[in-house]
Amino acid sequence: MKLTGAQIVWESLLQEGVDVVFGYPGGGNLPIYDAMTKYPIHHVLVRHEQGAAHMADGYARATGRVGVAMATSGPGATNLVTGIATAMMDSSPTVFITGQVNSKFIGYDAFQEIDITGITLPITKHNYLVTDICDINHTIREAFYIARSGRPGPVLVDIAKDAQQNSYDWEPDGNPIQLRGYRPDYRPVSKDIQQALEMVYAAKRPVILAGRGVLLSGAVNELMEFAERTNIPVAMTLLGLGGMPASHPLNMGMMGMHGESWANHAIQDADLLLSFGMRFDDRTTGNLKTYATHARKIHLDIDPSEINKSVKVDLALIGDLRETLCQILEHLEPCNHSEWLASISEMKSESKTLDIQNLPDDGHLHAAHVINDLWQYTQGQALVVTDVGQNQMWTAQYYKQENPGNFLSSGGLGTMGFGLPAAIGAKFGRPDANVWLVVGDGGFQMTQMELATAAQEGIKVNIAIINNGYLGMVRQWQELFYDRNYSSTPLRSPDFVKIAEAHDLIGMRVTRRSEVEEAIQKAHEIDGTVVIDFRVVKEDMVYPMVPAGADLKQMLRRPIPERAG
Amino acid sequence: MYHTIVVIVEDKPGVLNRVSSLFRRRMFNIESLTVGHTETPGVSRMTIVVDGDEVSVERLTAYLYKLVNVIQVNDLSTIPSVSRDLAMIKVNATPDNRMHIMQIVDVFRARIVDVTNNSFIIEITGDEEKIEGFIEVLRPWGIIEMVRTGVVIMSRGTASIYPNGNGNGKAHQVAVAI
Repeated sequence: MKLTGAQIVWESLLQEGVDVVFGYPGGGNLPIYDAMTKYPIHHVLVRHEQGAAHMADGYARATGRVGVAMATSGPGATNLVTGIATAMMDSSPTVFITGQVNSKFIGYDAFQEIDITGITLPITKHNYLVTDICDINHTIREAFYIARSGRPGPVLVDIAKDAQQNSYDWEPDGNPIQLRGYRPDYRPVSKDIQQALEMVYAAKRPVILAGRGVLLSGAVNELMEFAERTNIPVAMTLLGLGGMPASHPLNMGMMGMHGESWANHAIQDADLLLSFGMRFDDRTTGNLKTYATHARKIHLDIDPSEINKSVKVDLALIGDLRETLCQILEHLEPCNHSEWLASISEMKSESKTLDIQNLPDDGHLHAAHVINDLWQYTQGQALVVTDVGQNQMWTAQYYKQENPGNFLSSGGLGTMGFGLPAAIGAKFGRPDANVWLVVGDGGFQMTQMELATAAQEGIKVNIAIINNGYLGMVRQWQELFYDRNYSSTPLRSPDFVKIAEAHDLIGMRVTRRSEVEEAIQKAHEIDGTVVIDFRVVKEDMVYPMVPAGADLKQMLRRPIPERAG
Repeated sequence: MYHTIVVIVEDKPGVLNRVSSLFRRRMFNIESLTVGHTETPGVSRMTIVVDGDEVSVERLTAYLYKLVNVIQVNDLSTIPSVSRDLAMIKVNATPDNRMHIMQIVDVFRARIVDVTNNSFIIEITGDEEKIEGFIEVLRPWGIIEMVRTGVVIMSRGTASIYPNGNGNGKAHQVAVAI
């Protein structure tokens, strides 16, 4: 079949089972956009290429499938960079296809030419520059293979315009993919499995640390089985939330900088840590010098470069988490740690007195209340997407996750503006899900233009803006560590209700707790995207907090307000 | 401490850049780097001398394996091997000191490859110690210009490091201390 390079791009995407791509056309990828209209893949036109990148990422996180974004050459490609880095840091399987100038102009500073493969070297698993039409098909196949295998991640394919425009007699490349330098098929040896079992049996105060690897590997059942059989409590990273039901008695909740105090105490007191698909990120460990010094450590991970990177471990089992856990479960004998669990429960009940949910109503609307109410009125079943900052931490703390795959958040890079486009991408991936976005007034303004995308596409995302008039998390640090010097953190926002209406969407404002339930119900009844402007307390704090560089136990706790009289 | 690593890579455009970018962003110092073809078409061999301890070299090795174009990584500092560097040194050589310099060249088994009225270019191959020693001995005469290729290294014995014993091109063992 005689096809142009542009057509081969779409044939290749069809081969990979792609049903939607997020993108923005331009001179550099015009041929691709021209060929697109004859193919059954849906294209979502964004308003900024960063939005396209986050949408592809949100789609990937919500479905486990490869998310695809497209941009033109030059500025289109550079606008993807933040989104690509976000996907890289959180291991999201994504493929980015950018147009490039005609190959004879590459390296001559042509119009809208940029060395995007050079720029994205550190933030992609791999990237390609295609100048020959004959390379398009197998390159895209390889790109998808690399994106979804081993530790997932973003792959960029830069296609020169002449390669898009040329044509030749094309046949699909059915050969199996063979990459000499890429063999993501590690498996732990049985002697290591044996050693792991011995270490587990010997432990008196063990803790499981569950991260995003549990979700990426689909090891939710195996984690539950392991924890229940060994009677070991589980702490989650931010991106591991949902890997185990929040209501499960062995689930201690989130660990780390804004994690639950009892989880952090348990980790510091443990004599064995089992890391399942988490990488000891600095947000989870606090000061590395004093991190879990009494504990031996077993690290289960698919990426060998994470072993001994931050924390020195005693045993590493490298491979797919689910497969490794299955191997272990074949031999795993039941254990009992009732004393250890009882001591953790004690710490839990002490902490409950400080939780804002249990404090008397002070008449103001707190973000924690909004999110707690949202959790209630959605029965904890919504697909929740967060932006970054205080809104993100409160959502992690108060929207308890019972199921995997319903909590999307930019953890590794912490990209403000991730929320709205990621929510849109997630909705495309799971159209039946009830998608709720929790976002701050700062983060929302970074990518709010994608409301137009939601409107044009007619898709429904429920948006809860936690509006406190500040860049909240930065303000918190300024309050705690910079003597309340609010340098560039007071934020004047537009009227978000009017912004929604300007896009022909419904906007609502909530200023009192009594209005929250009604607003949420109404949002569910409305057909399209809804924006709710929740005016919350201006200076509020996320507690507990482990200050940067402090030991995990040195948490700042919520001060109990003095009661007059 | 210096480690000499051999990185077997696919001979594709930009591979050198991928590897050196990795060193830069992971904060590893490249002491010397040389790359060339191997007996296998499409496969190149890089020899990199890096400053670091064993733990950081293990980390570096793991990162290198993540690069799709990297086929194999071996740290040859720990096994019996032959390492060679080649230097060309342009040195002042006037009629009165010329004989002296030629004697030194003899002792070090180096070769004079260019002669003028007042200079020599001397070519020398050897391990780092020998080259460093030779340069120090020549220095008093006045070195005009110098170029070095960087170290290449090969393990002693019959076996080739590539493809390795497993035959699949990857032999990454994670050494974990207990």
